[in-house]
Amino acid sequence: MPSTRSAATRGGTGKPGDGGAVRLELLESLLVAETATQCAQRALGWLERRMGVRWAICLAAHGEGGPRLLPLASVGVAAQRMAGYAVELDLAGHPLTQALLAASPITITPNGDRTACTPLGRRVVQAIALAPPRRRDLPVGLIVAAPPTPALARQARWLGRVLGPRLAALIATARLQESERHLQRERGRLARIINAVTDPILLTDGDGRIVIANARAEGLLASDDDQSEGRRRAVALNNMLFSAALARHAMEGTEAPRHEVPLVDPADGSDLLFELLSTTTTDAREGTGIVSILRNVTDLQRATAELQEQYRKLRQTEAAARAERDRLDLVIDSVADPILVTDPGGNTVMMNTPAEHLFTAAESSSPEVQRVVQANDAHFSSFVSNLFFEGGTLRRSGRINLADPATGAALPMEAICGKIVSEGGEVTALVTILHDRTEELERARLYEELKRASAELELKVGQATAELVRQNELLRRSHIALEQASALKSQFLANMSHEFRTPLNAILGYTSMLLKGVSGELTDHQHRNLERIDSNSKHLLSIINDILDITRIEAGKMPLTVTDFPIPELVREVLSEVEPLVARSTLTVTTQIDEALPPLRSDRQKVKQIVINLLTNALKFTPEGWVTVTVSADAATDRVAVAVADSGIGISPRDQDVIFEDFRQADDSPTRRYTGAGLGLAICRRLAGMLGGDLTVRSALGEGATFTLVLPRRPPGDP
Amino acid sequence: MTVSALPILVLLVDDYPDNRDIYVQFLTYSGLRVEEAENGHQALDKAFTLRPDVIVMDLSLPGLDGWEATRRLKRDPRTRAIPVIALTGHALAGHSKGALDAGCDLFITKPCLPERLLDEIRAIVGAARPHRGDSTP
Repeated sequence: MPSTRSAATRGGTGKPGDGGAVRLELLESLLVAETATQCAQRALGWLERRMGVRWAICLAAHGEGGPRLLPLASVGVAAQRMAGYAVELDLAGHPLTQALLAASPITITPNGDRTACTPLGRRVVQAIALAPPRRRDLPVGLIVAAPPTPALARQARWLGRVLGPRLAALIATARLQESERHLQRERGRLARIINAVTDPILLTDGDGRIVIANARAEGLLASDDDQSEGRRRAVALNNMLFSAALARHAMEGTEAPRHEVPLVDPADGSDLLFELLSTTTTDAREGTGIVSILRNVTDLQRATAELQEQYRKLRQTEAAARAERDRLDLVIDSVADPILVTDPGGNTVMMNTPAEHLFTAAESSSPEVQRVVQANDAHFSSFVSNLFFEGGTLRRSGRINLADPATGAALPMEAICGKIVSEGGEVTALVTILHDRTEELERARLYEELKRASAELELKVGQATAELVRQNELLRRSHIALEQASALKSQFLANMSHEFRTPLNAILGYTSMLLKGVSGELTDHQHRNLERIDSNSKHLLSIINDILDITRIEAGKMPLTVTDFPIPELVREVLSEVEPLVARSTLTVTTQIDEALPPLRSDRQKVKQIVINLLTNALKFTPEGWVTVTVSADAATDRVAVAVADSGIGISPRDQDVIFEDFRQADDSPTRRYTGAGLGLAICRRLAGMLGGDLTVRSALGEGATFTLVLPRRPPGDP
Repeated sequence: MTVSALPILVLLVDDYPDNRDIYVQFLTYSGLRVEEAENGHQALDKAFTLRPDVIVMDLSLPGLDGWEATRRLKRDPRTRAIPVIALTGHALAGHSKGALDAGCDLFITKPCLPERLLDEIRAIVGAARPHRGDSTP
């Protein structure tokens, strides 16, 4: 019961003297009210408490939703019915509209149709227009209160004038706050949008000062004092660069809207490159400004540089490849063997000059040449096509028979093919090298011929060898036969010698005995005849001895007995033996002997035999004059020479070889003057040879002769 | 010492009668005693029987030849000391060596004059009987 309570506490309600305190109460509560609704609520509460109002509603023009009055606060009205009291101000004739426009508060009484359209129903109400802050404006709102008491009537005009401006101010404040919040939201959104852009965005004023910058732009162009020195310097540099770019942009105008601005990343000092997009904006209030967007093209530049590098490399590679290709062409062309490169379609991609010779023909060439070229092509194509479909080895060789277009001559070819396989394993090309086998075949043919000839030769050699073996065998047999014959000859000669000697022994023996008078005294005549028998017998004996010597030397059965002996003594011995011969002649025999000669090591008997022979020959063939025996030594060759010189008949150069042959004299005629078997010199030369020496002659017909026996001081092989 | 006072007894072995005859004539003429044999067997028989001072042996003999005869003589103690002079028409070196190997004391090749044989006999017997030469008349 509010009325009861207020009546009880206030007592003398309605007293005019109390009016000032009542108003003060309302003014105080209105001043502390913060919102329009609170303010209205308090005014209505005051009416209820002080003015005995049971039902009241405060309507105000909020400005939202057009010219209408909306309920702001109420007393005694159900909250859900509040909206029903809204008043459209364009409803002319509406009692509330009239109340609003009335100069002073009015009482509205329900009278038929005029009130029927109001929400007031049949209630009598006091309507109080709430005065606007300024006199010429429309009223702020309206309070409708019931019942219309006299106290209310007294305070109504005052209430209207107090509450109106207050409500207007609060509503305006609320509106302002609302629009400010809205603006803040919008600004926030805009800032988020700008900051969300990764490119730096700036708005600069006409003097180039930054008005607005997004986070990225601030990172590049703004710094705090607490940031590092490097960062601050980077920012300073960036500002300078950016200002310069802007200035350039301003000078060059929008014709060149793209400028590249190199900046430094303050975070890590790396170089960044931006493209500057600037737009000049003109605003009536703000003046001229420039909106700049910096687009980071560092990566783009890097990518471009890389692209250029790639391109350069590509060009280089291409050039290298071209050079390689040229070189390859040169190499391929320099190869004498035809080379062809074929693609999987069987088309010839490349061929060298020798290959062109085989597989291409000029239009003008003869039909014969064309035909051969076509045939070659067909052969090669079928060969190659087989290879493409074959799996397996990358390399293969085969043989194809082509022909030389120029001559028509057959060209047996060895084809060596290599498959060029892509990374995917597909055969992309086939390289074929053709090698002329003509020479090889010729060689093979020659080789076969050679083998055949060799086999023939071998056969012939075999036959010849067999023949040789046969001949050898014959030779061996004949050799054996010869040896046997030789042995037989030696045996025969030995036997002959024996058989000669036996009767000769008797002849000489008997003659000797007769001459010694064993059989009695002899007459001179008998004695002379016996001496001739004796002389001839001895000559016969010497011939037999010579023959035996020759036989023994030839049979290698002449033994040597080597001793050391002085030569002068030997020469004197020989001279004394031939003394009878010298005595019978008129010759002068002299000697020239080097007595200081060292002893000779040889077969004394053989040396003596030779010297006797030479000396007897000299005496025999020298009718008159002299014979000289000279003995000398040659220290250089360590040889001893015994020279027998005479002034005899001499020997013609033609005969100087003959005299050393068996059974020969210079004068071989049956009527020759000089006797002898002609074996002496032959034996002497053989003996000299056996002793390691030699026997030579120097002579001219009619001018005497010099026979020289040269002997080594020691026999060969002597230690 | 009567034996030593006797003239030298020579056993002359040769199958060729004329050669035997020459030496027999000359050696006998020269004061030596000579016995003859014409083959090897005969030579051995006479040597063992007569024990000559020297034996002159031809080597080519019918039947038992001179080499073999000499070997047997030199093997037998009765005849071992008797000098044997090989006298042969064989002039080759092999013959000489074969003869000396068989035991011959001297080798003489024919033809050999009778006076040379006498010299050789005297020399070889003189060596064997040193006082023999002094007691010769």
